Amino acid sequence: MSAWLKEKWFYLLILAIALVVPFFVPNRYFFQIIIISCLFAIGALSFGLILGYTGQASLAHGAFFGIGAYGVAILTQTLGWSFWLALPISALVSAFFGLIVGVPALRTKGSYFAIATMCLGEIVVLVAGNWIDLTGGHNGIVGIAPPNPIPIPGIGAISFETQTSQYYLVLVFLLLTLFAMHRVVYSLQGLRFMAIRNNEVLAEAVGINAANTKLLSFVVANFIVAMAGGIYASLIGSISPSVASLKITFDFLLFVLLGGMATLAGPILGSFALPVLMEYLQFLQDYQMIFFGVLLVVVIIYFPRGLMGAIKNMQAKIKSKRMGA
Amino acid sequence: MLGSTYAIVALGLTLVYGILQIPNFAHGHMYMVGAYISFFLITVYGFGYWPALAMSAVLLAGAGVILEWLAYRPLRHEPHINSFISALGALFVLENGVIALWGPQGQRIPNPYPGVIDAFGITMTQQRLLVIVVAVVLIVLLQLFIKKTTMGSTIEAVAQNQEGAMLVGINVNWVSSMTFAISTALAGVAACLVAPIFMISPSMGSMLGMKAFVIVILGGLGSVPGAILGGMILGLIEALGGGYLSAAYKDVFAFGALVLILAFKPTGLFGKEVQGR
Repeated sequence: MSAWLKEKWFYLLILAIALVVPFFVPNRYFFQIIIISCLFAIGALSFGLILGYTGQASLAHGAFFGIGAYGVAILTQTLGWSFWLALPISALVSAFFGLIVGVPALRTKGSYFAIATMCLGEIVVLVAGNWIDLTGGHNGIVGIAPPNPIPIPGIGAISFETQTSQYYLVLVFLLLTLFAMHRVVYSLQGLRFMAIRNNEVLAEAVGINAANTKLLSFVVANFIVAMAGGIYASLIGSISPSVASLKITFDFLLFVLLGGMATLAGPILGSFALPVLMEYLQFLQDYQMIFFGVLLVVVIIYFPRGLMGAIKNMQAKIKSKRMGA
Repeated sequence: MLGSTYAIVALGLTLVYGILQIPNFAHGHMYMVGAYISFFLITVYGFGYWPALAMSAVLLAGAGVILEWLAYRPLRHEPHINSFISALGALFVLENGVIALWGPQGQRIPNPYPGVIDAFGITMTQQRLLVIVVAVVLIVLLQLFIKKTTMGSTIEAVAQNQEGAMLVGINVNWVSSMTFAISTALAGVAACLVAPIFMISPSMGSMLGMKAFVIVILGGLGSVPGAILGGMILGLIEALGGGYLSAAYKDVFAFGALVLILAFKPTGLFGKEVQGR
């Protein structure tokens, strides 16, 4: 037990901090940023699965986020379903859509796959903007209800009207995602994903069915990101076609890259570090995005493995210094 | 008309990809910068249309060299995805730089050839005809340059084998600067040609860049005939789909066609080898 504690104290500390965050946030605005960061961390984690671990740059990731958001919005708003039914159904629809488009799209490789998925993503945005009967067109859907309260016998019900309760809701989903991802990545299946990333031909030679393995990674990633999208729609209360846009995909891409590809902590770190950084750079105004672009180029040139890579390098250096002394 | 513009822009993109294996995602944004440069040359500095066209090609060639030097050269031996990310950074800088400098609103360049031509029962404006003619001339010139001159052979050598090219004394850095200069100059010309017909705005680059990528992928990365044919096909699909089926969904047809073609031929129409990454 004590050995386990020694190894995991850092993670427990972070979990403890995450649990008490609501009591220390300075204002509602900052709290909202934290909640949205948590939500995007879920999406970024799933992007890490397909991009970081399986090595397929799916630029339709934002589109699947949008499908989840629209799914929940339409099911709860237009059809009046409960959020707790609408969320898994939307995620399943997204996964199914991923299955249908994944079969032809995954026949392509490298840049071809990136462009093919980017086109799929654009199609989703265009359809969302033009299918006015279903999606409300460019105005989107407004007035989406927050998640329905969960009744607990004897105590009452947990409602999700306050920021604190919404924060814990998102945190639970983030931890669930992290747990699931941890299980996947350190399983045999995770090794298969990485084998395909490192060398697809070699992976096939040792008996891995590359097509099915990539498809599995794609579908699972789309399921998870759609869930994040569904929660987003419900918490924010209004959506428009921009939730499915390439901008969202790029955000995920930045979070994963800046945090560190092919790590579990990286995407989460990126999802928090970047929005906070953006807040502190508000004074730059119009020049903020320029700074951002330069940052991206600098990071990819000098720290291709992101923040986590930089941290690991530093740890290794400290270790080697100690060994040398 | 639209097809020939697409073809010129896509040609620059496929050149860079075919020779340097760089997916230059910021290409569409260079095109946008080109449109702005011609706009300012014409309206503020009082250049004529043709001098402005030449000048913007030269300036953009310079910008292309700088872009390659800053954002791509340090990544030459890294996986493609890294250059791709670097390109994303570059396009953020370009688009938001233009917004910060000149505002997000659209601008219009006065049309130098507003007249209408009526020949063989086809009616079209002079400017549109000009676009088509210049596109054809450029394509032919580029082909001649690559196939018939020493510099063209040098570029081809680097495309075939970088290390081999270095061994026979070719300066690969110089060739990549050169390639980028040609590629972005093409984008500059295309922008200057189309600018009098459509509005110019900081966001015009991203859609075009995306379409240029679609074309290049459609034709097969690095293939010059593929880029030309791909440009024409995309222009036709959009014009026909937009005209006969639904204008709101015209981009859906373009992107859908790409996905369909890739489903049957994963390396594009003219693509040869399968990419490793």
